[in-house]
Amino acid sequence: MGRNPIGLLLSAPYLVFVIAVFAYPLIFAVYMAFHDYFFAAPGAQVDRPFVGLDNFQEVLSDPAVIRSFGNVGIFLLINVPLTVVLSLVLATALNKAVRGRTFLRVAYYVPYVTASVAVVGVWLFLFSGGGLVNQVLGPLAPDPSWLISPTWAMPTIALFVTWKQLGFYILLYLAALQSVSTELYEAASTDGAGAIRKFFSVTIPGVRPATVLVLLLSTVTGANLFTEPYLLTGGGGPNGASTSPVLLMYQKGIEQGNPDTASAIGIILVIGVLIIAFIQRKVAGGDES
Amino acid sequence: MHSTARTRRVLAATAASAAVILALGACSSGGGAAGAATTAHGPITIWYSNNATEIAWGKQMVTAWNADHPNETVTAQEIPAGKSSEEVIGAAITAGNAPCLVYNTAPVAVPQFQKQGGLVNLSSFSDGDSYIKARSGDTAAQYESTDGKFYQMPWKSNPVMIFYNKDMFAKAGLDPEHPKLATYDEFLTASRALVSSGAAANAIYPSPTSEFYQSWFDFYPLYAAETGGKQLVEDGKATFTGDEGAKVAEFWKTMYTEGLANKELYQGDSFADGKAAMSIVGPWAVPVYKDKVNWGAVPVPTSAGTSADKTYTFSDAKNVGMYTACKNQGTAWDVLKFSTSEAQDGQLLSLTGQMPIRSDLTTTYPDYFAANPAYVAFGDQAARTVEVPNVSNSVEVWQTFRDAYSKSVIFGQGDISSTLGGAADKINTLVSSK
Repeated sequence: MGRNPIGLLLSAPYLVFVIAVFAYPLIFAVYMAFHDYFFAAPGAQVDRPFVGLDNFQEVLSDPAVIRSFGNVGIFLLINVPLTVVLSLVLATALNKAVRGRTFLRVAYYVPYVTASVAVVGVWLFLFSGGGLVNQVLGPLAPDPSWLISPTWAMPTIALFVTWKQLGFYILLYLAALQSVSTELYEAASTDGAGAIRKFFSVTIPGVRPATVLVLLLSTVTGANLFTEPYLLTGGGGPNGASTSPVLLMYQKGIEQGNPDTASAIGIILVIGVLIIAFIQRKVAGGDES
Repeated sequence: MHSTARTRRVLAATAASAAVILALGACSSGGGAAGAATTAHGPITIWYSNNATEIAWGKQMVTAWNADHPNETVTAQEIPAGKSSEEVIGAAITAGNAPCLVYNTAPVAVPQFQKQGGLVNLSSFSDGDSYIKARSGDTAAQYESTDGKFYQMPWKSNPVMIFYNKDMFAKAGLDPEHPKLATYDEFLTASRALVSSGAAANAIYPSPTSEFYQSWFDFYPLYAAETGGKQLVEDGKATFTGDEGAKVAEFWKTMYTEGLANKELYQGDSFADGKAAMSIVGPWAVPVYKDKVNWGAVPVPTSAGTSADKTYTFSDAKNVGMYTACKNQGTAWDVLKFSTSEAQDGQLLSLTGQMPIRSDLTTTYPDYFAANPAYVAFGDQAARTVEVPNVSNSVEVWQTFRDAYSKSVIFGQGDISSTLGGAADKINTLVSSK
């Protein structure tokens, strides 16, 4: 780059973008997490002393924060496997469908591109106490109902997010399926493999890089869960059963004016996601790609 | 060669990191003096609320001011869209581009804005304290900050009362003109009749969600009434762990336990949509419900049935803040006084139906109340309102209370006394810290 200034010139916009949008906020967040920090007017005389690990200690001793991480853990345990399995199965089916393939792809993709605010009304219509699901279930319906049940609130949200985002992951798998060699399927057929055998022995290994990507993306987006619990349960109800760490970050950082503790939660969340992503990469074999 | 390139990269990264850290250090050090501009005059900008009636009031106020002050013109706009006004104002303070005046400053946000160095101390104007106290009377005391100074102009309140649907009451066999809703027992009896008769799906439907401000429309008005005007926090201590707080909490718990109030989030206005027979709202709702519901209004209930003329309630006030980014604060103060003058308060009352925070409200505008009988009760109620406490960490205080209330009252988990007691301990700590 130093030997070729034009390279620096061409890469400068992207470097500026990365520094401004990613690096600076990240470093700033770390800085805030280690200080008694709050936002102030320019020129205001304020004291923001270094507090070491106090903010981390505060959030880690807060039952609401611990619970929010537990909540997002439940969410990920439901959402991520469901996303991988459903999107792969549906993508495989769509890849083979001859009639109505375009329509079905669009149908799955529509919830993803529709704003959560818009589709959440549909979900409330389905899962409210007097909603369609409970009417179908009759006496089997949970009491209290789905979104106000401490047991069912988070799984219901996980289901909603899975449904909403499925279209995007189906498209990823559809793209990956194009690169799986047809000769492999033909060879498997020659060896007498049936559809299920071919799915497990050819399709799944063939789309492994995509699976790693889906795992990673669904984990990252799941860890950033905010809009859905906010809209579906009105700010983390019932009794904090659907509060996510990002929702708490919003409450503490923006509503309550404590960006320092919010940053501490954010850093813990980032570290958690990195650990999960590392494990996923090891387990799913992303290195082989 | 390779090691030279790596060294260069390390040095570049170190330099970049140092630059960022130094920049952050500069941010954290605060900066110079705020630069008092309390005597400066010239053009100013203001923001007002974005509902139609307040826009109408704001426009006529600005037109009236600008006509007489060509060198100190006011440029007005609706408060920029955001999740809440408080977040938009907070961001503007940090960015240093807040307007001179915001006619939508929530009292709960004032301690935070003050801490941020975003608000001008109105007491620093020579006639600041005297003007505010003369206009608002004893009520002004609720808006003083802990340092005894005013960082907000008490402007308008929306004293909340119980709105009820007369048609639903009649269907349930209740007297729609004289509903018995004064005591908790009466309220529960009426609620049971409304629901069991099928006249209403819910007797009342305050939002059961966890946002910090929701307690202002279920617990707090009844607490204000039950205590004869006590704030949630007084003298640095939470007040709600006594008998009065327990009675209010038990009342609401009964409403939820018996299914008279709904635990589920409702998207919309349950009262306007006919999903509930009652609602706790202020006079802003009069024009909203005018053509939708055949409504009446009564004060909030108390355990013993306090008479209407002694019942307190939550103010649901919005005030005016002057922000330190303002260059011409002398003009801003003049505009603030002009916009809260008797004439402009009269305009506010007639255009919006909201109550200017004046000690002489009903006697200053007798013609308005004579011509608009629907507002008489609100005008009377405006004299007995309770504001949110002006304390450190105000929003966190309310979130702490809401979480405990949500758990023990709405969802009936755990003992009310110990749950609210735990919240009170945490609130005491929050209030005592900066």
